Amino acid sequence: MTGNTLEKTSLGARFARFRELGLLLFILLLSIGVQLRNPSFLTLENINDMVTNTAILSILAVGMMLVIVTRGIDLSIGATLALSGMIAALTVSAYPDVHPLWAILLGTLVGLLCGSIIGLLVSKSGILPIIATLGMMNVFRGATFMVSGGKWVSAHQMPASFKAIATGSILGINTLIFIAIIIYALFYYFITYTRTGRQIYAVGSNPDSARISGINNDKILWLVYTIMGGLSGLAGVLWVAKFASAQGDTAVGYELSVIAACVLGGVSIAGGSGKISGIILGSILLGMLNNALPLINVSPFWQMGIQGLIILIAVVINALVKRGVDRNNLMRRRI
Amino acid sequence: MSEYVLELKGITKAFPGVRALDQVQFQLKKGEIHALMGENGAGKSTFIKIITGVHLPDEGELYLNGERTEIKSPKDAQKLGIAAIYQHVTCFPDLSVTENIFMGHEKISRRAKRILWNDMHAEAKRLLQELGSNLDPRTKMGALSVAQQQIVEIAKALSMQARIIIMDEPTAALTTRESEELYKITEKLRDQGAAIIFISHRFEDMYRLASKVTVFRDSRYIGTWGVNDIANEDLIVAMVGREITQLFPKRQGEPGEELLRVEGLGKTGYFADISFSLKRGEILGLTGLVGAGRTEVCQAIFGITDYDKGRIFLRGEEIHIKHPWQAMESGIGYLPEDRQKQGLVLDWGIGRNITLSALDQLSSRGWVDEQKEAELAKSLAEKVQVKAQSIFDLASSLSGGNQQKVVVAKLLTAQLDVIILDEPTKGVDVGAKSAIYEMISELAAQGYGIIMVSSEMPEVIGMSDRVIVMREGRVTAALDAATVTQEAILEAAMVSQTIS
Repeated sequence: MTGNTLEKTSLGARFARFRELGLLLFILLLSIGVQLRNPSFLTLENINDMVTNTAILSILAVGMMLVIVTRGIDLSIGATLALSGMIAALTVSAYPDVHPLWAILLGTLVGLLCGSIIGLLVSKSGILPIIATLGMMNVFRGATFMVSGGKWVSAHQMPASFKAIATGSILGINTLIFIAIIIYALFYYFITYTRTGRQIYAVGSNPDSARISGINNDKILWLVYTIMGGLSGLAGVLWVAKFASAQGDTAVGYELSVIAACVLGGVSIAGGSGKISGIILGSILLGMLNNALPLINVSPFWQMGIQGLIILIAVVINALVKRGVDRNNLMRRRI
Repeated sequence: MSEYVLELKGITKAFPGVRALDQVQFQLKKGEIHALMGENGAGKSTFIKIITGVHLPDEGELYLNGERTEIKSPKDAQKLGIAAIYQHVTCFPDLSVTENIFMGHEKISRRAKRILWNDMHAEAKRLLQELGSNLDPRTKMGALSVAQQQIVEIAKALSMQARIIIMDEPTAALTTRESEELYKITEKLRDQGAAIIFISHRFEDMYRLASKVTVFRDSRYIGTWGVNDIANEDLIVAMVGREITQLFPKRQGEPGEELLRVEGLGKTGYFADISFSLKRGEILGLTGLVGAGRTEVCQAIFGITDYDKGRIFLRGEEIHIKHPWQAMESGIGYLPEDRQKQGLVLDWGIGRNITLSALDQLSSRGWVDEQKEAELAKSLAEKVQVKAQSIFDLASSLSGGNQQKVVVAKLLTAQLDVIILDEPTKGVDVGAKSAIYEMISELAAQGYGIIMVSSEMPEVIGMSDRVIVMREGRVTAALDAATVTQEAILEAAMVSQTIS
């Protein structure tokens, strides 16, 4: 009953502690491998390009992590992203003099609204997240086509100030990366040092006990989907600025990449656990695969397969680690 | 000021379709350990949830220190110094020990509302040490044993400065040694002036700890007695509402020929040198502390896990079982401890539940022969003595003991000779226990060989023809029913270990 635990720990349990380290190691090995095949991989230019491309994915991964931690999932974010991006793009093309900051704000607000609707559906009416977000995904996607009348907003319709969001820099860092870093710092503080942040983990770890502990589960659920929506809205504006084009089918299926980044980063689909450091690495790994595979002339058809394989491997390792930890707990019982 | 820290009068609570509590009363004094007993479904859990503010009563009054109080939410209860230690529900496996202790009342900085992790870790460490535990408060809760988790839950109650502590079946999943530690801590809390409500199905808990016992039955208050003022039999009558003349049924018939023989079975790191035999019509008790390797041995025999040494003979022939389905085919059935509750589809009838895993043998060309199904279900339901009107009664309408019988009947759709039951009565009330004992001895009388894994001494002694005791992966004693005593089992189970 005291701490006289056995010294023996199973391999899986030991690995669990170094999960992030393992991921980092894998990323390093992959970089070296790709670099040997194509020396243009680890150039400053390519790295910058890669990280910029990863920024949007990693911003979304933060929100998705919170959703998954509460045992949920959000399939609507690609559509939310498209809708917010479209509305922002239409606004700046109609009023070219608007400061880009307002566009970002507007997009985020649209996203927050979308997210809070989903949050209400999930928390108040108790619809399963996968169903609620699947439904709203179609609603938002339809709304995107409706507001745009099915047309694109293309580069020449956008003012230069808007497009500069993605190309400009703050303190010498690309704006996208800068925003991602701010988001990460903000959310690290939020989930580590605020009660609300910790309550998200409590609700995911054991909803029943959370309720007994006096936590308002509904509020927490609503909150995570709203945050997810807000981040999708923000990402939508960034996306449209970066690609200088807003379309009805922007980011179709992108939610799956975001979920994959979370899973790679060790966020447990069963809820309750997930770390910021993990999803940063997960996003980077996914971004790197997108960037590196074309560089070493892997056929596009193979690229998707390879990505899928790596995600599967990550999930299997996760499961093995979990089994190892469980076994380790059993061993301790034999005092 | 009132004599009682907590007093409840005329509490009634109804849920749609059920009256969970009917005019219940309860009185708790300061510095008292008060046992609350009753069968499953007697209303104890609902009663606790009323005190902790999870449910609001429909009628009745609650007094704290003589003052009429309304507890409207779990938060209210926390503020009033009421803490409950549930067996599992309240723990957050993914969060650290510290967070589990301080969930809902974290220490935060005054202005920025920032969580003060260092303060919390230090305070958690202090609380745990006070309870005689040097657990690292940064450990994840899920990595702890049940006993350790309960210490954490108690630390949580302390951190809230709870004056009334409710323990809901805290010993159900503990080994004897762990229970002893828990007893000590509970007594310490009492000596510090806390009032404790202790819920348990184990009489030994009550005798060891409590000074008063209150019994609920069928949602009603039956009575309160001093623990030493009521005879065991009377207490059982109060709980069950009928006399259980004999908890352990008389056994009939002599064991027949040898069914199963295990020779020198071993698995590195789990168990070694396990040898025993089982005869037709015999009940073999397999006991020892939790973690002694009993379950692992059974799982190896049933093919869930591998063994790396030794041989197993079934009906005189050596067998090599690698998968559970092979075990079932050769006539060995295994009922793991957590299967007993989860093994049923509650809103299906008894019959369909029984035949669920036997649909292959009941169907031709993909169609189930319903008449054959009904016949099989009926004969098996009779075999295990399910008490119900018909096989079409819903499983949810059965009592706990009868539900377990259905699970066993389901197992019997295969042609079995050997049945392994892992903790068949864990967590069930005394009425259900007696029903399960009846079934087990009936099965033995029908010629099945039964291995019963159990941690409960009286049950092992009362039911078994022979008892095998394990400790740290080895057999430390093989005792005969005639000579077996509680002391002999305990000695074999613990020898070198001291109950500190």
